[in-house]
Amino acid sequence: MTLPGSLDEAVAALSAMPAAVPVAGGTDLMSAVNSGLLRPAGLVGLGRISEIRGWQYQDGHALLGAGLTHARMGRPDFAALIPALATAARAAGPPQIRNAGTLGGNIASAAPTGDALPVLAALEATLVIAGPGGGRREIPIGHLLTGFDMLRPGELIGYVRVPLLHAPQTFLKATGRTGPGRAVASVAVVLDPARRNVRCAVGAVAPMPLRPLDAERWVASLIDWDGERTLAPEACAAFGDYVAAACIPDPAPTPDGGEPGTLPPAALHLRRTVATLARRALGRALA
Amino acid sequence: MTGSMGGMAGAAGTAEATAPAPTLPGGAAEPPPHGLGVSLPAADADAKTQGIYPYASDLWAEGLLWAAVLRSPHPRARILSIDTSEAARMPGVRAVITHADVPGDAAHGRRVADRPVFASDAVRHHGEPVAAVAADHPDTARLAAAAIAVEYEPLEPVTDPEQAFTAEPLHPDGNLIRHIPLRFGDPEITGEVVVEGLYRIGRQDPAPIGAEAGLAVPRPDGGVEIYTASTDPHADRDLAAACFGLEPERVKVVVTGVPGAMGDREDPAMQLALGLLALRTGHPVKLAATREESFLSHPHRHPTLLRYRHHADADGKLVKVEAQILMDAGAYADSSSEALAAAVAFACGPYVVPHAFVEGWAVRTNNPPSGHVRGEGAMQVCAAYEGQMDKLAARLGLDPAELRLRNVMATGDLLPTGQTVTCPAPVAELLRSVRDFPLPALPVDDPEEEWLLPGGPDGAGDPGAVRRGVGYGLGMVHMLGAEGADEVSTATVKVTGSVATVICAAVETGQGFTTLARQIVQEVLGLEEVHVAPVDTDQPPSGAGARSRHTWVSGGAVERAARMVRTQLLQPLAAQFGMSTELLTITDGRIHSYDGVLSTTVAEALDGKELWATAQCRPHPTEPLDDTGQGDAFVGMAFCAVRAVVDVDIELGSVRVVEMAVAQDVGRVLNPRQARARIEAGITQGVGAALMENLRTNNGLVRRPDLTGHPLPTSLDTPDIRIVKLVEERDVVAPFGAKAISAVPVVTAPAAVAAAVRAATGRPVNRLPIRPQAAVGAGAV
Repeated sequence: MTLPGSLDEAVAALSAMPAAVPVAGGTDLMSAVNSGLLRPAGLVGLGRISEIRGWQYQDGHALLGAGLTHARMGRPDFAALIPALATAARAAGPPQIRNAGTLGGNIASAAPTGDALPVLAALEATLVIAGPGGGRREIPIGHLLTGFDMLRPGELIGYVRVPLLHAPQTFLKATGRTGPGRAVASVAVVLDPARRNVRCAVGAVAPMPLRPLDAERWVASLIDWDGERTLAPEACAAFGDYVAAACIPDPAPTPDGGEPGTLPPAALHLRRTVATLARRALGRALA
Repeated sequence: MTGSMGGMAGAAGTAEATAPAPTLPGGAAEPPPHGLGVSLPAADADAKTQGIYPYASDLWAEGLLWAAVLRSPHPRARILSIDTSEAARMPGVRAVITHADVPGDAAHGRRVADRPVFASDAVRHHGEPVAAVAADHPDTARLAAAAIAVEYEPLEPVTDPEQAFTAEPLHPDGNLIRHIPLRFGDPEITGEVVVEGLYRIGRQDPAPIGAEAGLAVPRPDGGVEIYTASTDPHADRDLAAACFGLEPERVKVVVTGVPGAMGDREDPAMQLALGLLALRTGHPVKLAATREESFLSHPHRHPTLLRYRHHADADGKLVKVEAQILMDAGAYADSSSEALAAAVAFACGPYVVPHAFVEGWAVRTNNPPSGHVRGEGAMQVCAAYEGQMDKLAARLGLDPAELRLRNVMATGDLLPTGQTVTCPAPVAELLRSVRDFPLPALPVDDPEEEWLLPGGPDGAGDPGAVRRGVGYGLGMVHMLGAEGADEVSTATVKVTGSVATVICAAVETGQGFTTLARQIVQEVLGLEEVHVAPVDTDQPPSGAGARSRHTWVSGGAVERAARMVRTQLLQPLAAQFGMSTELLTITDGRIHSYDGVLSTTVAEALDGKELWATAQCRPHPTEPLDDTGQGDAFVGMAFCAVRAVVDVDIELGSVRVVEMAVAQDVGRVLNPRQARARIEAGITQGVGAALMENLRTNNGLVRRPDLTGHPLPTSLDTPDIRIVKLVEERDVVAPFGAKAISAVPVVTAPAAVAAAVRAATGRPVNRLPIRPQAAVGAGAV
């Protein structure tokens, strides 16, 4: 177990002992260790790296440290900057988990139910990866989550670059209970008035957040960006159905040309849930 | 946030002012905590809240070894071979045992000995123990258990209880564990109105907050001591002795801190494995189960399929009830026979039903094992018969509470088993109490209050899609073991100086027995300082800590023993002063005569002597149900009425229980705070069963044996619980007139929640727990 004080020291420690595993809040890692699923040869603790526990501004973006806890992101000052991420952070488990769990850990664990992930996908966030020898490279979050570009040995997620859009954004999560729980489905909607974009990502229904690009483009074309930016409830409902059908598609016809099957009731309920969440999320963003 | 009567703000802020005064004492003039009827705090409460109370998992012994159990990964398979050689060769491994190493009885079971200690030729459920290892480190033990090579031939599991009748036998005893065909009245009669329903109840796990743990220590005489959180130490001792091939005297079970129990706490196989490993190695052996093992091993509530047909006349009076009840026992019988008896006997609920025809079956499957969880049998049928009552009310256009009031039973009515209800049965009073209690304010009427929407804070709830529903549940349970079970408990009371000690093998599982025992002795002997000795099997047996039986039998035994000590203490004084002992009183450690002539302290009267007395309490006998389901099978019954208020987001199907109003038949309140805590706990467990607690399987495999797969209610899921009325009509045959408190709220709460969701959504809601897709409102998009 080493406790480096800076990102570069942490990268050096990881390079020196490639079998070691970095640990920040440990909310996923330590439960895997405790249940015997993981037996790391060593741990590199990231808790003392103060440079990644806050955020800074960088030409219209916020550079979020990977060590930001969910509790910190849930506070009002952060919510004023990136409202959807703050909502997702507040919804991420009970207070004990939020106090320990970090933004970087949420990304590195890449659990389908990770609450920050659909928000980061909708924001088109970029990851700043720290590598050996003080190296830095940037990759879009989607590349990491889809496995298109993986972390290499000795690399750490240092920062997350998120655009500051100065416009409403929402995150809604269905859990099936009132107390904290894992998402059955979650939807993030962000408005980007500068680019006249609506961006939406759906979490928990697939191994990684899904972006319904056609639905985004369609609904953005309906919005009067120079005017009041409102939509009729029917348009919001149609957007919800569009998003849901894109994320949970009807079964494809069988290869021999037979009738396509129908979705099982549980999938239909999930689709209805996504449609409701997307409709409400867009409606609240435009309200 | 299991709120109490007074301190709850909640959504019912305005209702509080007009609420009828609670029957519980408390508030202004709190009597000193002493004797019966007061809120004496539990002696271990401080240690428990400070985290220094020792539970079973905190046990330690010098040089102890760690045990691990290898469990079946298949729900059903033939075992072709077991090779332990590699595991035994691992450094640090001290013993590996399988079925071949069980010196005594190869099969065990608390009620039916049909369960192998370790599987030999076949495994019958996911998680069944196959072998166990003792090693000098817990990780070594787990790795060694994983290194045992077991060759399985997987077989197609029987997971649908309806298939169990025709499937090949899963067990040498056959697939049908019990069939009760109850016949009561005229089968040909029909009602003017007939409603039918099919109901499914899920597999609730008792999910004790502390997982199973224990320590076995070998004794020099070749015996073994087992330290564990047993709720029935003598039964566990007898089981262990039979499996170890030892006389019961050479096995001792010592009860340690019990971290939660709702019936049979744990699977005895864990204690058996521990004892066998300690005997084999000659070292103390400890086991602390993981949450996953805990879910896989201990018994769950019986998943049940119920078909009902209710006949009523045009006024809503019940004419006949026909029902079929199919309980999934899992692979082994355990308490299925008793659960089925309760389900069949209470199939019609606390209603007068002149004609009843109920077929009940408990069958074996390859699903996870079912067993004793509080309210067993009664809870499953309550959800179904209350669903039927709602259906009937809707058909007749009657208010659901009004329909119930036209049918409720009272003392003197007959159960469908032919047994007359002789105990107090104030069912109508209970129902009227919850019906007339003011409803919580709607959030629109109380804008000051922040509205906690279904889905929780920062959830997706939308006020425009939320509908409120109100529903009723009436439930009943029986108290103590049924059908001729010998319910007996023995207790000893000792007085030295001004200190009394209670020795009784009734286990404190959190139900508050030790507090009650102290209160009883304080009441009878007038002594402030009363200690309750720790429990082990060197003491006389007191039976299982289940069915709230300890208040009755063990409390009764403690009272008798205390009275015997009182007589021994006062007899010489009374003789000396020429008066009867009845004219003497003891308060605050001083003995007074009625005329004030005599005044001395207990310590002086004892003059250095010790007084001991031992007594037993055995309630009146019961008889088994006969082959038409008839018989006086139950010692007593307790009743409860619950009114649930729920908010449902009818688009997402998410449900939040806003308030549960409870009225309960308690006989007599012995400790108001404890009574309230038991009711709040029971209601919360019932809300869990209604909304989320279900150990799901996929073709016999437990899908997620953890607290994510089987979520429990958190404070945000728990509603305001308002105890509207505790009806104190004493049950003359029960000691102190007190009835069981814990089980009946668990039985009734799920039915009330389902009724409220029905009212909010217009959907049938015939399955527990209620899935979101079943709570999407009829009018939702």
